[in-house]
Amino acid sequence: MQTIFKRPEALAVQPTHYCPGCTHGIAHRLIAEAIDELGLRERTVGIAPVGCSVLAFNYFNFDFQQASHGRAPAVATGIKRGRPDLVVFTYQGDGDLASIGMAEIIHAANRGEKFTVVFINNAIYGMTGGQMAPTTMPGQVTSTSPFGRKTDDVGFPIRMCELLSSLRTPAFIERVSLSSPKHIIRARKAILKAFRYQSEGRGFSFVECLSTCPTNWGVTPLKALEWLEEHMMPYYPVQNFKDFEPATPEGGKDAD
Amino acid sequence: MAKVLMKGNEAIAESGIRAGGLCYFCYPITPQSEVAEYLSRRMPEVGGAFLQGESEVAVSNMLYGAAGAGVRCWTTSSSPGISLMMEALSYIAAAELPCVIVNIVRAGPGLGGILPSQGDYRQAVKGGGHGDYRCLVYAPSSVQEAVDLMPLAFDRADRYRNPVLIIGDGMIGQMMEPVEFREQEFPSLPEKNWATDGCKGRKPNVVNSLYLNPVEEEQLNRKLGEKYARMERDEVMFEEFNTGKPYRALFVAYGTTARICKTAIKKLAEEGIDVALLRPITLFPFPSERLNELAEPAEFLLSVEMSMGQMLEDIRLATCCRKPVHFYGRQGGLVPSPEEVADEVKRLLGSAKGDR
Repeated sequence: MQTIFKRPEALAVQPTHYCPGCTHGIAHRLIAEAIDELGLRERTVGIAPVGCSVLAFNYFNFDFQQASHGRAPAVATGIKRGRPDLVVFTYQGDGDLASIGMAEIIHAANRGEKFTVVFINNAIYGMTGGQMAPTTMPGQVTSTSPFGRKTDDVGFPIRMCELLSSLRTPAFIERVSLSSPKHIIRARKAILKAFRYQSEGRGFSFVECLSTCPTNWGVTPLKALEWLEEHMMPYYPVQNFKDFEPATPEGGKDAD
Repeated sequence: MAKVLMKGNEAIAESGIRAGGLCYFCYPITPQSEVAEYLSRRMPEVGGAFLQGESEVAVSNMLYGAAGAGVRCWTTSSSPGISLMMEALSYIAAAELPCVIVNIVRAGPGLGGILPSQGDYRQAVKGGGHGDYRCLVYAPSSVQEAVDLMPLAFDRADRYRNPVLIIGDGMIGQMMEPVEFREQEFPSLPEKNWATDGCKGRKPNVVNSLYLNPVEEEQLNRKLGEKYARMERDEVMFEEFNTGKPYRALFVAYGTTARICKTAIKKLAEEGIDVALLRPITLFPFPSERLNELAEPAEFLLSVEMSMGQMLEDIRLATCCRKPVHFYGRQGGLVPSPEEVADEVKRLLGSAKGDR
């Protein structure tokens, strides 16, 4: 009998604690598939952030470190500088990466640290119960912006891909969405490429995944996917921002 | 090997490399930047890793990562920078990761000054970061001793899987003294089978300090507590000076102020006043047992510190205040002179007489 679908070896046999409709599970699987496909599992170290994915170390089947809030890129830098032979990635949410960890991500990117970042942007603080994040959409109601995010008070949401793209050093920066099969296939390719570049010693690779938080957005999982596409995607364009590899003749940078 | 004249910071840097500390992260701060400058040149020669991070917050988390991957790693900084490392230090202690952190202490609080101080005693000895943890703390009183303590610090960090601090006041970092890099032998260390260095041929390892189950967190606290108790039993180091004959008073001082006390002791001896010194080399664990013994024949104890009196509290605790414990210190980056210290002893002896 031919196996056409199975659990990636890089995923642990362990049910997750994520809420129904949360897209963390999809992102986890895409990472595990990339690691399996490239044969990197036995030399990979993941870094779990503070946030909903703080327990990510339970869900992957390879070595993991758990970092303090926002510091995952510094922890990854330490591992990679000490052991350049290891494959290292951080898995960070928007509060972790774009708020408290802004200094660490910018400088790791600018030094061209040879690790991969998977950035989960769901426009809210999930684990602490739905507070406003730097990525929260204008007008979006959260537990600390009960009247909606006011841009004249706290500014507009931070676009991390655009911010990091202003740096010369990073090798690969792409924003993807986890909102539909079509987008998930693109996300899979981007994550695979990010890990491949790392395994080739290219430099800093960054994939932002637009994600949902049905629980804290207060909508059903299906509505959450719609909200992502209607409200987040126009502001956070899904595209490649930087690619180390030269454009291919067929279709430019993003031949996929 | 012949002695060479070296500035303290550079000697510490070289000793760190010779001790196998081939992964070093730093952020510039006076008065320790010479360590970073020296290692930026020297690390490439020995195939080690040198990185100037974006902040002490980042640097200390780089230590967490590298140490977690089983790499012998270290950093140096000075007081305000060390404060910024306290978050990661707590995580490092909780995750039981070995690393060495050298603090060339400057005057505080706040941005303070850049001259020598011992004002970080409490931060080093009592924790500094959040939660229930301790660091093994060494306090060299000469450049040679700083050089000698580096290999020991790395060894103990690995042996206990715990962060080790070396507290040198600005004098230790900035002054030049002749030093010799001696080979030190240590028993072989246990394998780092807990490190996240790739799960080839084994189950995945996790470096973590999160325990949502209170029973597990309590187990961690107790395990750490037992480790600190082992340190208190096995790692106490101190030096005695002039304790071989009867003395009227006992100095307790570490680092640079201990050297000043030694000079004061010689001056006082010329005047027929016998005073002894206990110099803790480990600040945690504190040499409480020996202090109690040495306190017995003394009329009083005098803690001499470049602070408002921080070790003073530990001396009182250790002796349960059975003897008067006095304090003399200078602050702000000022260093007490042997004359000032000797005069304080005479004043206290005089007033002690007056009391009778």
